[in-house]
Amino acid sequence: MGTPLHFPKEYQSVGERAKRHPSGAKARADFGRHAARLKSCPVTKRLSFWLKTAQALALAVAVCFTLGATDAGTRYNVLNHRLMCTCGCAEILGECNHVGCPNSTEELELLRRSIANGDSDQKIFDIFAAKYGATVLAAPPASGFNLVAWVAPFAVFAAALLGTILLVRHWSIGKSASVAQPADPEIDALRERIRRETGDEGGY
Amino acid sequence: MATFGSFALLIALALAAYNLLAGALALRLLATGQSARISPERLADTARRAGIAGFVAISAAAFALIWSVFTNDFSITYILEHSNRALPAAYKFSALWSGQEGSLLLWAWLLGIYGFVLRLTHKTDVKLYAYAGAILAAIQVFFLLILNFAAPPFALFRGAIPEDGNGLNPLLQYPEMVIHPPMLYLGYVGFSVPFAFGLGALMMRYPGEKWIKITRTWTMVTWLFLTLGIFLGMHWAYAVLGWGGYWGWDPVENASFMPWLTGTAFLHSVMMQEKKGMMKSWNMWLVFSTFLLTILGTLLTRAGLVSSVHAFAQSSIGTWFAMFMGIVLAVCIFTYVLQRDHLKAEHKIESLVSRESSFLFNNLVLLTACFVILWGTLFPVISEYVVGSKVTMGAPWYNRVAVPIGLFLLLLTGVGPLLPWRATSLRAIRRNFVIPVIVLWLTVMVALAAGVNPLKDNQFDSGNFYALIAFALSAAVFTAIVSEFVRGARVIAKQTHKNLFTSMYLLTRRNTRRYGGYLIHIGVVIVVVGLAGSAFNTNTESEMGLHSRMGIGPYTLEQVGATQDDNANYGSEWAILDVYKNGSKQFQMMPEKRVYHATQQPQTMVSVHSLPWWDLYVIYEGTNPSTGQPIIKAIINPLVGWIWAGVVLMVFGTFIALVPSLTPTGAALRVPAVRTVPAEPVLHGGD
Repeated sequence: MGTPLHFPKEYQSVGERAKRHPSGAKARADFGRHAARLKSCPVTKRLSFWLKTAQALALAVAVCFTLGATDAGTRYNVLNHRLMCTCGCAEILGECNHVGCPNSTEELELLRRSIANGDSDQKIFDIFAAKYGATVLAAPPASGFNLVAWVAPFAVFAAALLGTILLVRHWSIGKSASVAQPADPEIDALRERIRRETGDEGGY
Repeated sequence: MATFGSFALLIALALAAYNLLAGALALRLLATGQSARISPERLADTARRAGIAGFVAISAAAFALIWSVFTNDFSITYILEHSNRALPAAYKFSALWSGQEGSLLLWAWLLGIYGFVLRLTHKTDVKLYAYAGAILAAIQVFFLLILNFAAPPFALFRGAIPEDGNGLNPLLQYPEMVIHPPMLYLGYVGFSVPFAFGLGALMMRYPGEKWIKITRTWTMVTWLFLTLGIFLGMHWAYAVLGWGGYWGWDPVENASFMPWLTGTAFLHSVMMQEKKGMMKSWNMWLVFSTFLLTILGTLLTRAGLVSSVHAFAQSSIGTWFAMFMGIVLAVCIFTYVLQRDHLKAEHKIESLVSRESSFLFNNLVLLTACFVILWGTLFPVISEYVVGSKVTMGAPWYNRVAVPIGLFLLLLTGVGPLLPWRATSLRAIRRNFVIPVIVLWLTVMVALAAGVNPLKDNQFDSGNFYALIAFALSAAVFTAIVSEFVRGARVIAKQTHKNLFTSMYLLTRRNTRRYGGYLIHIGVVIVVVGLAGSAFNTNTESEMGLHSRMGIGPYTLEQVGATQDDNANYGSEWAILDVYKNGSKQFQMMPEKRVYHATQQPQTMVSVHSLPWWDLYVIYEGTNPSTGQPIIKAIINPLVGWIWAGVVLMVFGTFIALVPSLTPTGAALRVPAVRTVPAEPVLHGGD
């Protein structure tokens, strides 16, 4: 997508041509002349400006990544938001706010113990699923049939996106091909009149 | 009163059936030109009048139920189960929608109100309104059949009538609950009207685009109600449920969000049909889908197919809704197949980089979001059916799947309005996008410097990553929209010699739809910023004795008292907390816990101190049974206030968009949305 950059032919392989030239000095002179012409080319100037801007932005972002405070988002808090309270309140474990909830206190204690034991996230989820059932996990694991739950939305989105792009391209090609065919001016005028008289001025 | 209400419902059913049958017969006679003993026009008018009378009958039934609540008529089972004597008057109204039968009556009543307005304004286009009236009558027949035979709200209690009722669900005893459900239902039910117009227009092969203009206005009104309903629900969840959040991806919430997404898609793509005669089939199916989703949402949540915390409206009427949905879908497909040649597009999209394609992509993303939510809602059922075990599709799943799609939609919100119709050029893109892109990168840098770092302790933090993108995109989209306002206002200022602000006002008046739409987009941007703030929530919980302290963020909370109270409706206990910042007392908070006598259910009443940058949200979780001391949870929720502010702007923008534009005195005063540069090669799909 986008308009291709049309370099004049002589700019395209300056280095190659310099290498092939019988005289090295002449080649260097040629190369210098071509390089100067290349620098003065407006397309190259524009390209160079955008490259420098992109470089500067990338550098600035990289610098900024190293700044800033790192917050105390503990593993315990992260994990208790990936598990459900099983008392029937349908709340995330870390957000269950029932005093004396029969399940959340026990679940949170199990989570603390598992973290203290050095269990991996996956092992903790396995322990919880074995004890409370698969519904204790706030999101299904990306394995087995549950993988479909994760893949389907993105697959549908990608298919729809691709389909739309292909459709628009097909239409635009069809449009170009049918340019030679004159439209019926009478029907076009009638359509315009209908739209004018039945529609309104608004819209984007 | 129960007999009166029951008869009113029966009469309403008879009138709706007459409206449907007589209306359909009249339209058939008109379409075929057959002769009959009564002229089709007169027959159609009797059908219309029956529809109006039906509205009166349903209103009488609704009045009978409300009267019964206020007079504590516990001989009616519904009143017994959803009210009690001590219930405050304002919440007696809530009883109308607190249970299955009442909420269906509310649905039928609101449908009656919409139908009443539609039938009164029939002179706009008599034939189209006759079709729409007959289709609305068909929907009304369905609801009245349920109300009369499957879920009667006036069913009498068998046995000795108790002295007092069971009371209203405590969750509904909150001021917003008097407004939120009617708003949501107005939105939900309202989508029946665009559906009726769409299907009617297709059946009669309506010439021109006037029907779409009528439908668009109805859809905008409905969309406004649904938007208000959804956000009032979010605010209620935030203030009442006491978990510090506002959206839990519960199936009932999802059910209201899905038609909102397709309705939003329709409001965008309908402009393509109005302006270019494109996407006619697409728009028709968007209208159909939106209505079908309202029925599907009701089916999912009331039939007990998916588990929801909104258990107060569940029952076993799912079969009725499934059958109705099947019939509606069959009618839609049949009519579409029969009349699809009427929906041929007059133009096609010429370029991938154009306003038309941005609408197409916008629709694509909105529908994908709708699919994702439907998929997330249904997957536990699918999983149980396929592998025999249920799974939970909670916030972590939605955050990972829906948030990226939402961010892409936000990007389109900024990009779409900046693209001209048909095709664009590189120069036009650069002119319109350079400043937003610069603002985007500046925001990224500022946010990173402020600590919005996706790499925390060398670990990738998706919450911070999405927040960073959301802030950056929001800033860019905001800049893009404001630059559009300024660009247009400058042209007006040049022509009228008025200042920039007056010119902006004039600009908006001259094209209320475009600039009202931009205001809605700015509202959406503000809402997104508010939502992104949730990535930085912090909380702490502590048992607090007298004068004990707890710190959170810049605040220190000190317990200075805990007390109890009791009234006829509920008993309550609350803590009194002095809040200090930098050593000086700032304000006092009183989080509360209530236990309702009738239901013996507890209810949290959180205390919230809102500032533009965060809310200090304090929950009284109860008392420790062993020590008797209150347990307090405090949360700092950054930027939540932005969500509510954004919604206000969205509502304001919708009102602006609904106001007719002021016709400019001369063509010279028209402002082009985005100028194209014809001298440059345009970008086509194949480039």
